[in-house]
Amino acid sequence: MNNIDAIGHVTGQSVYLDDIPLQEGTLHALAFGSDIANGKIISLDVQTAENFSGVIKIFTAKDIPGENRIGGIIDDEVLFARDEVLYIGQPIALIVAKDDYSARKARKLIKVTYEEREAITDPREAKEKGLLLFPPRTFESGNIEDAWSKCDHVFEGRADTGGQEHLYIETQGAYVYPLENENLKVHSSTQGPTVVQKTIARVLGLPMHRIEVSVTRLGGAFGGKEDQATAWACMAALASRKLHKPVKISLSRPDDMVMTGKRHPYSSDFRIGLTKDLKILAFETTLFQNGGAATDLSPAIIGRSLFHITNSYHIPNVRATAYSCKTNLPPFTAFRGFGGPQAMFVIEAAIAKAAELLNIPARIIQEKNLIKENDVFHYGQTAKNVHAAKSWREVLNQFQVENNTKEIEDFNAQNPTVKKGLAMMPVCFGISFTKIPMNQARALIHIYQDGSVGVSTGAVEMGQGVNTKLLQIASQFFSISPAKVKIETTNTTRVANTSPTAASSGADLNGNALLDACDKLLLRLKKTASKTLKTDIGSIEIIDEIVFVSGKATSLKWKKLIETAFLDRVSLSAVGHYATPVIYFDKTVEKGRPFAYHVYGTAAITAKLDCLRGIYSIEKVQIVHDFGNSLNLMIDLGQVEGAVVQGIGWMTMEELRFSKKGELLSNSLSTYKVPDIYAAPETIECKALETEGPELAVLRSKAVGEPPLMYGIGAYFALRNAIRAFNPEAHIGFDAPLTPEKVLLSLYSVTKVAGTM
Amino acid sequence: MISFILNDKLIHTDKPAGMALLDFIRNEANLKGTKSGCREGDCGACTVIEGQLKNGKLIYGIIVSCLTPLGNIHGKHIVTIEGINMETPSPVQTALVEHNGTQCGFCTPGFVMSLTAFLLSDEHGFEKAREAIDGNICRCTGYKSIERAALEISEMKSGLQAGDKLNRLEQNGFIPVYFLSIPDRLKKIQSNREESHEGKLIIGGGTDLLVQQPDEVFEGKAKFLRRNRTNNGITFRSDFCSIGGEATVADIMQSEVLQQYFPKLPYYFKLISSTPVRNMATLAGNLVNASPIADLSIFFLALNADVHLTGENHNKRTVPLRKFFIGYKKLNKTDNEIVEKIFFQLPDENTYFNFEKVSKRQYLDIASVNSAISLKIKNNVIVDAHVSAGGVSPIPLYLKTASAFLINKEINVENIIKANTIAQKEISPISDIRGSADYKRLLLRQLTFTHFIEFIPDKISITKLLQTIKI
Ligand SMILES: Cc1cc2nc3c(=O)[nH]c(=O)nc-3n(C[C@H](O)[C@H](O)[C@H](O)COP(=O)(O)OP(=O)(O)OC[C@H]3O[C@@H](n4cnc5c(N)ncnc54)[C@H](O)[C@@H]3O)c2cc1C
Ligand code: FES
Ligand code: FES
Repeated sequence: MNNIDAIGHVTGQSVYLDDIPLQEGTLHALAFGSDIANGKIISLDVQTAENFSGVIKIFTAKDIPGENRIGGIIDDEVLFARDEVLYIGQPIALIVAKDDYSARKARKLIKVTYEEREAITDPREAKEKGLLLFPPRTFESGNIEDAWSKCDHVFEGRADTGGQEHLYIETQGAYVYPLENENLKVHSSTQGPTVVQKTIARVLGLPMHRIEVSVTRLGGAFGGKEDQATAWACMAALASRKLHKPVKISLSRPDDMVMTGKRHPYSSDFRIGLTKDLKILAFETTLFQNGGAATDLSPAIIGRSLFHITNSYHIPNVRATAYSCKTNLPPFTAFRGFGGPQAMFVIEAAIAKAAELLNIPARIIQEKNLIKENDVFHYGQTAKNVHAAKSWREVLNQFQVENNTKEIEDFNAQNPTVKKGLAMMPVCFGISFTKIPMNQARALIHIYQDGSVGVSTGAVEMGQGVNTKLLQIASQFFSISPAKVKIETTNTTRVANTSPTAASSGADLNGNALLDACDKLLLRLKKTASKTLKTDIGSIEIIDEIVFVSGKATSLKWKKLIETAFLDRVSLSAVGHYATPVIYFDKTVEKGRPFAYHVYGTAAITAKLDCLRGIYSIEKVQIVHDFGNSLNLMIDLGQVEGAVVQGIGWMTMEELRFSKKGELLSNSLSTYKVPDIYAAPETIECKALETEGPELAVLRSKAVGEPPLMYGIGAYFALRNAIRAFNPEAHIGFDAPLTPEKVLLSLYSVTKVAGTM
Repeated sequence: MISFILNDKLIHTDKPAGMALLDFIRNEANLKGTKSGCREGDCGACTVIEGQLKNGKLIYGIIVSCLTPLGNIHGKHIVTIEGINMETPSPVQTALVEHNGTQCGFCTPGFVMSLTAFLLSDEHGFEKAREAIDGNICRCTGYKSIERAALEISEMKSGLQAGDKLNRLEQNGFIPVYFLSIPDRLKKIQSNREESHEGKLIIGGGTDLLVQQPDEVFEGKAKFLRRNRTNNGITFRSDFCSIGGEATVADIMQSEVLQQYFPKLPYYFKLISSTPVRNMATLAGNLVNASPIADLSIFFLALNADVHLTGENHNKRTVPLRKFFIGYKKLNKTDNEIVEKIFFQLPDENTYFNFEKVSKRQYLDIASVNSAISLKIKNNVIVDAHVSAGGVSPIPLYLKTASAFLINKEINVENIIKANTIAQKEISPISDIRGSADYKRLLLRQLTFTHFIEFIPDKISITKLLQTIKI
């Protein structure tokens, strides 16, 4: 089934935040942010700006009727800086004007004087100075101290990954207007309508029920609108409430890039120990997460880093410690993979380093250590339905990796200036929010008198196709035509207390809640049918909108059944609820069963490198992925392709750069490069692994949003191998992204560039 | 008053000529299908189709509406996504749906416009369909599904019978019927050259000005040079070529005559911006914005071109391009002078020309370093040489000493290394977002080597060069 939004998209009729028809008198808001990364605000003068023609009012911290706090997990974030600023772009004031143009002009007239302090941008430096957002966490299994002496080889190193700008093509925004009785209606481009509702309530000092948050769809999010959409909605709500006017805020691209958080950069130290037959016996690592100036979602993200520090491998002795370091950069936040990719890069770097020094291909070590059924993860969960080795083997077989490797060797031998490299990348990713209470959802179904169905859940559609899957679930469960089902907007007055649509779990949680609601309704309908047809309920089935009794079609159709039920005063509405069973986690010992299940897969990635110019392309990405029993393979394959390219972008060209003073240098699309059509791999082939799919996945269709991003990590190692084919002595750190600059400098590093140029 | 046809509707507007077309479309015409993603020409979400009469023929291409001032669209047909929607989806729209080429959908109208413009163009084949979307960024799909749709669309196009293009496309449901009336309707719109020449600020394509100072363009009165342009200003006289300042990058790239002289021209110019930006960006704008990495500046420096300027009272003067750039964003030109054209000698059979550009992303990106070379060779000896390099100095640099050194030299490993050593002394790269100074130095060395390796690969190789450097 095609994505149900596709026709709206290709005809330009789909409505995004910026397209909502504006009420008369709508005002436009623009945030004014700090010019410095660390310091005290000595004075703030907004008078001249407020007098500028077209400006209605300028709001600052003192105008907030409730609390000036927007932090979700830890309460360390303010809506408007009042006394001190902690990063460049941190909002200090909000200009509200009759149009964007006046607001932009007025913004230049706001004057602030600061007492500037030194900015810290490096996480290791922050850690040295004791600047942590929250206490460190350590995950440990086996006995690492004893293990080292049993290792035949021990290698150490350092691995760094840069941040990543989400670059959702639709920037952040919100549109808020007053309703009667002092209530507010909020349209927000957010993954978390409840977070927005709750935070606005807090900032305005209102009960949550006065605030209605509605989301139709997002023009991309990737985690960037999980927590970071909230501030903008709060600002618009504040202005709307105070001025009794509709207020819209829609960030310009540069503002969005400067003011919002991105994927966390990580810097890590590792030590890996292997036996002589290449079993990884011990792995120790310290992660320095660059958390930025406030906590945001960092605790949860660092948790996931610790969970995924061994990727697809079983390592008996592990110690991983993670520090979330406070720096003067915008609070870093969720981004597809949520700390997982950063951690997996570390273990892959450690393996690559070991392989290099042992002079063997990394894939020999990788393959030998893949996790097996009933192995225990370092956080205590027993691995079940493991498909690590199976997907690995399938990649080797289906894509003739051995042959390719030979061909690459021949190619490299024949071509002095063009080199190819291949790397394998297995992925194992746990599914569930690692914060247990978030693993719940609700759904609301109305069956209307004519037999059409409206479905509301807490899921937010952002391109991942969750609405299509929900529609499929409802139509399959009732066995009615998809045309009879409509997925409603996500609205806090219909479905309350929702978790954000994140952690790849949107379809699982909301789909299961929907199933629960469907189940309740179907039971009621069957009762009606049994009453009408005078037969027992157990013999009743609905197939293709026809009621069957003991396998035989009757003349009772869906439409008539609904009509009958209504006249019989049966409730045609139901609320479903779902809370993922079996998961738990004990933070005091860092052990438990945090994940409903794991997603497995393997990719082989081939890179091609022009050694004269230092530019490269990714030739092939060949994947075997475990979708379970996919509800919609077309949508799932789309997720894989998109995630792979995003992962490759992160590993190659997407270079987030800040100056020493904390200024974002890559602050536009002309300086921050995401893959374009030519940068995408020449081919991406993805085959579905034949698996049953776990019970805890909705209809056994596994979550798919995040895991494939990590295949992109293979691009880094494939490129690295290509560089080494040209210059075996090349000095290449483990420092992603591997930009053309780093590639060229390493191609000609150490011996090859002998002083002169 | 600016007049144009927006989709099926004739518009007369007295909105400021400096207003971005995107704002007009979304806020004045209230057509919300065209999206705003970056307002700097780099995402393609705002892509629309521009149709104009050239020598009586209606030519369609894409532009980014965020960087198009209204002043540049007088007398043209502008098509937004709403303007191609019909009762049933067009084959382009259907292909994107069927191949799952849309996820969040925010980029999608832009892709639809680019692919529809491909149908309206004279281009054929998958590669050209792909090139049509080289200015559209999609953050969701990873492009492969869109490519599959593009492949299908290119095959559909090749399957169309010969005949009048608009008619054929209309009959096959690719475009609405009103397109057929556009040529006649455009002819009726009066040109208003006087009005377009009233301002102080000179605007070519606007691709630089609307990024750097959109509010100033919006407020100010400007001279819109491209408003009434009807030809591409590329002319040839014996072995010389003259290109008008208003010629776009696309005009130069597509010139069949120039392609004969520079067989790799399409390949070189594909490295410059994207299809819609190439359709807008002018030669003069590229020279005058004086960016140290401006690709056309580097290209024409190696051709030792002359710049023809026209000042107040029609005062004309000529400056060699290599003397046009005098400091960071400083030109040998007054504010009032207009770049009328450039003039250069065409390569002959003894000339070797090459252009190289390396950027972080190979396409739609600004160079870290670019370089061009033109050598005239007789009996194995270089008799004339011009080498240029961008990104390595405050100005687009003509490598004077290195060029002079090469004259009367044989092409061999030693001389290439010496030329590089000399070039390295002429440059003064700084570390910035496009790369560290060390990188730029190394990159220029590599590009210098590459010029020669590309020329005589059997004689010059990187291995030999590196070995010789080592010694
Ligand atoms: C997305 C994007 C990608 C780009 N990629 C590249 C690239 O790959 N390589 C590259 O080199 N550049 C690139 N550019 C930069 C730039 O847009 C081009 O250099 C372009 O050629 C500028 O031409 P224009 O006509 O649009 O200039 P405008 O914006 O119209 O004008 C630029 C300057 O030139 C002046 N001017 C224009 N015409 C004349 C004239 N005839 N006489 C005197 N002065 C004049 C204007 O007053 C202004 O100062 C890119 C720009 C964008 C937006
Ligand atoms: S809005 Fe991005 S190119 Fe115009
Ligand atoms: S579909 Fe979301 S950006 Fe292309």
